[in-house]
Amino acid sequence: MIPELGHFALILALILSALQTVFGLVGPTRDDPRWLGVVRPAVAGQFVLVSTSIGALVYAFVNFDFSIMYVAANSNSALPTFYRVTALWGAHEGSLLLWAWILSAWTLAVAIFSRHLPQSIASRVMGVLGFVSFGFLLFTLMTSNPFERLPLEQIPADGRDLNPVLQDPALAIHPPLLYMGYVGFAVAFAFACAAMLEGKLDQVWARWTRPWTTFAWGFLSIGIALGSWWAYYELGWGGYWFWDPVENASFMPWLVGTALIHSLAATEKRGLFKSWTLLLAILAFSLSLLGTFLVRSGVLTSVHSFAADPTRGMFILGFLVIVVGGALSLYAWRAPLLKSPSGFDWTARESFLLYNNILLVSAAIMVFIGTMAPLIADAIGAAPVSVGAPFFDLMFPLFMLPLCVLVSIGIHSAWKRGKISASKRRILVGLAVATGLGLLFVFAAYGGPSKWLTPIGTVVGIWIIVSSLFDPVDRLRRKLTLPRAIVGMTIAHMGLGVGLIAISTVESYTVERDVALAPGETVALGRYAYRFDGITEIEGPNYAGVRAEVTVLRDGRPIEVLHPEKRRYWVQNSVQTEAGIASRWNMDLFAALGDDLGAGRWSFRAQLRPLLDYIWLAAGMMALGGGLAATDRRYRSPAPAATQETSAPLTPEAA
Amino acid sequence: MMARHKRMVMVAAIVVGVSLAAFLGTKAYQGNVMFFFDPSQIAAGEAPPDKRFRLGGMVEKGSVHKTAGTLDIDFVVTDFCHTVPVSYSGILPDLFREGQGVVAHGRLQNGKFVADEILAKHDEKYMPPEVAKSMKDKPTAAGNAEACAKLGKA
Repeated sequence: MIPELGHFALILALILSALQTVFGLVGPTRDDPRWLGVVRPAVAGQFVLVSTSIGALVYAFVNFDFSIMYVAANSNSALPTFYRVTALWGAHEGSLLLWAWILSAWTLAVAIFSRHLPQSIASRVMGVLGFVSFGFLLFTLMTSNPFERLPLEQIPADGRDLNPVLQDPALAIHPPLLYMGYVGFAVAFAFACAAMLEGKLDQVWARWTRPWTTFAWGFLSIGIALGSWWAYYELGWGGYWFWDPVENASFMPWLVGTALIHSLAATEKRGLFKSWTLLLAILAFSLSLLGTFLVRSGVLTSVHSFAADPTRGMFILGFLVIVVGGALSLYAWRAPLLKSPSGFDWTARESFLLYNNILLVSAAIMVFIGTMAPLIADAIGAAPVSVGAPFFDLMFPLFMLPLCVLVSIGIHSAWKRGKISASKRRILVGLAVATGLGLLFVFAAYGGPSKWLTPIGTVVGIWIIVSSLFDPVDRLRRKLTLPRAIVGMTIAHMGLGVGLIAISTVESYTVERDVALAPGETVALGRYAYRFDGITEIEGPNYAGVRAEVTVLRDGRPIEVLHPEKRRYWVQNSVQTEAGIASRWNMDLFAALGDDLGAGRWSFRAQLRPLLDYIWLAAGMMALGGGLAATDRRYRSPAPAATQETSAPLTPEAA
Repeated sequence: MMARHKRMVMVAAIVVGVSLAAFLGTKAYQGNVMFFFDPSQIAAGEAPPDKRFRLGGMVEKGSVHKTAGTLDIDFVVTDFCHTVPVSYSGILPDLFREGQGVVAHGRLQNGKFVADEILAKHDEKYMPPEVAKSMKDKPTAAGNAEACAKLGKA
């Protein structure tokens, strides 16, 4: 009964989303307050209905309703309650429902916080969001209904269990955060479409759009970092980024989204790059859609499942074509009307934001080519190829290192006619300090560089941090106000610096060995050594396995004990490696347990990864910075400011 | 005139940058792209002798030999028409099993495929797409010479 209620609620939500689309998009052209008045209640109603639907599915999971096909396929009576709830997004159908629910929540937030906006714009934004929601709900209901019942004779006594790699706390929250980011870009997309429909795009528009975009970007940053963290300790073999198609699918919208938040800054402050900003907003959301679908439809993991389920594949293609094609047609029609004032110095802040955008978008194109090449080769019948990590490892720094250097310089730039030469002293002082500290770090802590990347990455990373601090410190010294936007920007940029230092260090100084050890034997990793002490049998709620005890020694003295495990989950009869990790302030000590090799020996992978955790700290700093910047006071002031930018900063250090 | 001059310089810089990126990208792509071969193609001499590539097929039943107490392992990859002996030293992925699909990265040395990486997959039922494709037109069990002959590769 409850699942049918959930299904019914989903159908009602679909109808409401259609109403929201029609009234939201047509209402403004008719300028009828009764039409416009329908939109917000439809949004609220849709949120309640999709929430009901998701609640019904959670209820089915928690109460072991194995007559539901989706529950039977992704749950089990031995599965702990926490994972029975998170199993909701453990596979395709439930993930789509989660997507639709998060979209309805974002739309509700837009409905609440858009009251000070002109009604026509707010309606159009919600109308576009309604259309996206309509597409997703229709897709869910027609091809991927999570409430589908099994015929009576096929109802299993017990479920097939959640995929063991998904039974993990980080993965439980990774998809919702990632979707918060993906779906958040839908809001930026909707604002872009609304501006094009309105035929008007001014600096006030950019001010409305900015906080939404920055929030979405922050969520996406954390979502990607969590996915990377999970892959590091759960997939079992160390490493934090594999340039796997699924990872790239989330990274492309992040790169374009990063370009978008910077381009929006120029649009808000100076009324520049208007059509470019629109294009990026369309692109960021298109890539989010593409990412969701590529991952969820299985096109990427298996090229052939596209054809295996033609309805799903065709629907996906159709929806992508309508959304992306529609938005781009609208863009082609409206963008030429937008005029951006030209005229700024090539070392002014506008130019640096332009360089930022060129490099970020180029990097996104590179990732896109590398990710799609195998798919395209397959589609045109060429020899099967794979583009592995070496391609990306070689190409990515080509875009990112120049970008990071330009960040360190561009931070000091001023708008309009401001020449960067005015900040020459700051740039040189920053570079000198960074070079000194960076080389000291590389030589004192690690005894010299091991790759060309090490000293460059470290110096540039420190340079970004030092450069970011000039302006806030200067403001504090002169007892000026320090707006949240500047604090946020500073923290996010410092996060970039921290991330660059951490990645350079991890890539250069990771020590890794695969070894066969018998109890009592030791493997040396530089100053450190791993001693295998023994193995014990363990039993969990839905698995059995073995746990090794590994003592880590430094200079012969024990400092940590690691417990890598090998679990066999009963229901799916699959083996899962749980790494043993000790995170210290300066490095991660990592051990993964392999197989019983016979003769009393077990295989181990032992790793030392210096500064690894700082990569995730960096993502956290970016997200925190984004959150602070997005909640700056000027976005909260209800009175929309004049179109003309009156508070153009005059000093080079002002943002 | 000055503004125009500057714009020209900027456009030229972008063009140079893009060309450079495209050139390096193509280079990197050519150097790092890995092609896929199945045992029949290797038997026909299609696989490059000096380049890394991906070998895919099924792990032949009863072919896995481990040297006790070490990380060394030998096994045979088959597409039920031809076989390739593989040697590997390292930790095997959780889902490596006899009779299952496998993809290995490595190169040929004296008729033996020396693997430096055996691919791990998350899913029990998952078949690497390339292997699935290669196996589609092959017989489903060993010793079916007729089906192999039909392929013209036997």
